[in-house]
Amino acid sequence: MNVKTGVKVIAGAVMAGAIQTAVADDLTLCWASWDPANALVELSKDFEAESGHKMSFEFVPWPNFADRMLNELNSGGGLCDLMIGDSQWIGGAAENGHYIKLNDFFAKEGIDMGDFIPATVTGYSEWPKGTPNYWALPAFGDVVGWTYRKDWFERPELRKEYKAKYGRDLDVPNNLDELKDIAQFFQKRKIDGKTVYGAAIYTERGSEGITMGVTNALYNYGFEYSNPAKPYDLKGFVNSKEAAAGLEYYKELYDTATPPGSSNWYMGENIDAYKSGQVALQMNFAFIWPGVEADPNVGGGKSGYFPNPPGPGGHFAQLGGQGISVVAASDKREAALEYIKWFAQKKVQDKWWKAGGYSALRAVVEDPGFVSSQPYAKTFLDSMAIVKDFWAEPAYADLLLPMQERIHDYVIAGKGTAQQALDGLVKDWTEVLQDEGKL
Amino acid sequence: MLKLLVNKLALKTPRGVSKHVRGLSDKKLAWLFVSPTIILLLAINIFPLLWTIYLSFTNYRVNRPNRDVKWIDLRNYERILSDSDIWQTMQATAHFLVSTLVIQVLIGFTLAFLINKKFKGNDLLTTLIVLPMMLSPAVVGNFWTFLYQPQIGLFNYAISFFSGVDASSFSMIGDVHLAPWAIVIVDTWMWTPFVMLICLAGLRSIPDSIYEAAECDRASQWRQFWTITIPMVLPFLMLAVLFRGIENFKMFDLVVQLTGGGPGSLTTLSSIDLKREAFEKWKTGYSSAYAVILFVTVFGLASIYVKALNKVKDR
Repeated sequence: MNVKTGVKVIAGAVMAGAIQTAVADDLTLCWASWDPANALVELSKDFEAESGHKMSFEFVPWPNFADRMLNELNSGGGLCDLMIGDSQWIGGAAENGHYIKLNDFFAKEGIDMGDFIPATVTGYSEWPKGTPNYWALPAFGDVVGWTYRKDWFERPELRKEYKAKYGRDLDVPNNLDELKDIAQFFQKRKIDGKTVYGAAIYTERGSEGITMGVTNALYNYGFEYSNPAKPYDLKGFVNSKEAAAGLEYYKELYDTATPPGSSNWYMGENIDAYKSGQVALQMNFAFIWPGVEADPNVGGGKSGYFPNPPGPGGHFAQLGGQGISVVAASDKREAALEYIKWFAQKKVQDKWWKAGGYSALRAVVEDPGFVSSQPYAKTFLDSMAIVKDFWAEPAYADLLLPMQERIHDYVIAGKGTAQQALDGLVKDWTEVLQDEGKL
Repeated sequence: MLKLLVNKLALKTPRGVSKHVRGLSDKKLAWLFVSPTIILLLAINIFPLLWTIYLSFTNYRVNRPNRDVKWIDLRNYERILSDSDIWQTMQATAHFLVSTLVIQVLIGFTLAFLINKKFKGNDLLTTLIVLPMMLSPAVVGNFWTFLYQPQIGLFNYAISFFSGVDASSFSMIGDVHLAPWAIVIVDTWMWTPFVMLICLAGLRSIPDSIYEAAECDRASQWRQFWTITIPMVLPFLMLAVLFRGIENFKMFDLVVQLTGGGPGSLTTLSSIDLKREAFEKWKTGYSSAYAVILFVTVFGLASIYVKALNKVKDR
């Protein structure tokens, strides 16, 4: 290389650097503070290296996540450029202009929503539901499932006793009744000299906990959010006899098969109870499974996983998870879209799954090696096939709070009957939907 | 030195300004000094209050920026005052308020009475007693949830130790009968020292000469207590009740940490309910009306109470 060429190369490099510096942005991604967020921080280092943009993160603990972030969106604050927001926010975020619509961007970049698990597209991206209007890219697939102490289930003396009592093997339950039997079987049982309990279930009052738990029983007994033939027609669907039976089931499970003092438990408390060996079963979102596998007390083959069992009225599980959106108030939209484009790539999604993030890309989860890649991979896939979500209306918070109140009042405080609780819920929801002009 | 500085400053003041200031009357000068505080007060207290009152007559929702804001007269007030759930939270608040005040006054005054006696280690004991009120309510709420844990909690263990009842057979924050008392116990543990300190100040303000005169008149200890101690401490005690009453009327953090308002809605106090309406349901107009009702309630009760307090003081 002669001097002239060398000068050209150096000048070119300097100019390229200058151009990169000129367009490099400092992007802030907002999400909940939990294990997958830490995995995303690591993953995003690749994006920083490839794009030259700098990534910052704003993570808020789950109990305050919705409060904090919805406040941010409502106030038009400029904190977040990218938001991994809860699935139920999508209606409000779309109608109030908090997120930018991604259809044109997806078309331009060749990102096809058909490449993602259908339930995640409906749950995390679409508004109105069932229409091709996209406000987010499915980022983290999640669903409520069950974790159980496989090592306890395999103990011969327990298997023998269970078989004698219930006439079947102590194994993964085939339906909700069997789940209750197993939980009751372990309740107050002495294992290795320690008193253990049946199941840790969601009972939290303050945010969304008990709703995310009870729906797993309600759906499977026949609860519907509204008349499938007539949207927002609630009576007889929310408070059907079948739905009331589902609610009674959840109360019985709470009263007879959960640890004492578990009246306000959500994800964190359930994880703690399970990992400390207090319970045989744990209801929780799938995001916890990598942590269970890695745990020295309950991991490494001691735990098993199964989807929410079916009930007399169907087979569903509560959808969790989130999509990633570009915040409309951001002044770095181009860079934020660049991040989404990068994140949608197959190689990034592969890495995301390996790091503990639940990819929603079909090419990842339908890969022949996926099911055997982790002990919980099949349960995740099976669960994602039966998901149902809470209201995603703009008024979702107004709909959530009375449900929290009515359900907690009945299940935990024992106020009234299941039917009265659901009748009250119909009254509350009708009022909200009337206020919204939907009725 | 200071005089020199003032003189220097006066000399540096532009002639026009100094002439103008010299021409101001005392009253105008006083207004000049007070006005920054008044402007600040108007901006951060009075304006938000007036704005809240205005919003309380509308259907405004902060999370619906595109929706028309309508004037709806007294509809928000009607809905709140006819809502049985809101009356239930008011009852829960009243239960919490009355229980904590009665217990804290009794224990606080007793502690102050005992601490007021001279004995060795008096100062150290006072410091130890006031420690809980120096902690953050969020921290207190958090560690009491552990103390109340049926399996590992020290509180349950202590009850079990003294009564023989199985520690895991009851849950202080999960049981409908125990949860309201669970929050009363924690608030009492934390804030009784405050009542004690105020009572102590009252007790120490009583001149010894009054007791000496009573002794000369052969008044019994019991009579001295009822005719000297109680009447003279009463204004201080009433002040403590006023402070604690206002604080507990707006109690939020401790209860949210402990019970989250549960089980059910049993410990959902008015402040927690208001926060849910305003910042979770985002019903801004409705919650403004709710806030106005609570404000009028506290303001009204406090005004009546202050009048009574002044009467006692003037006796």
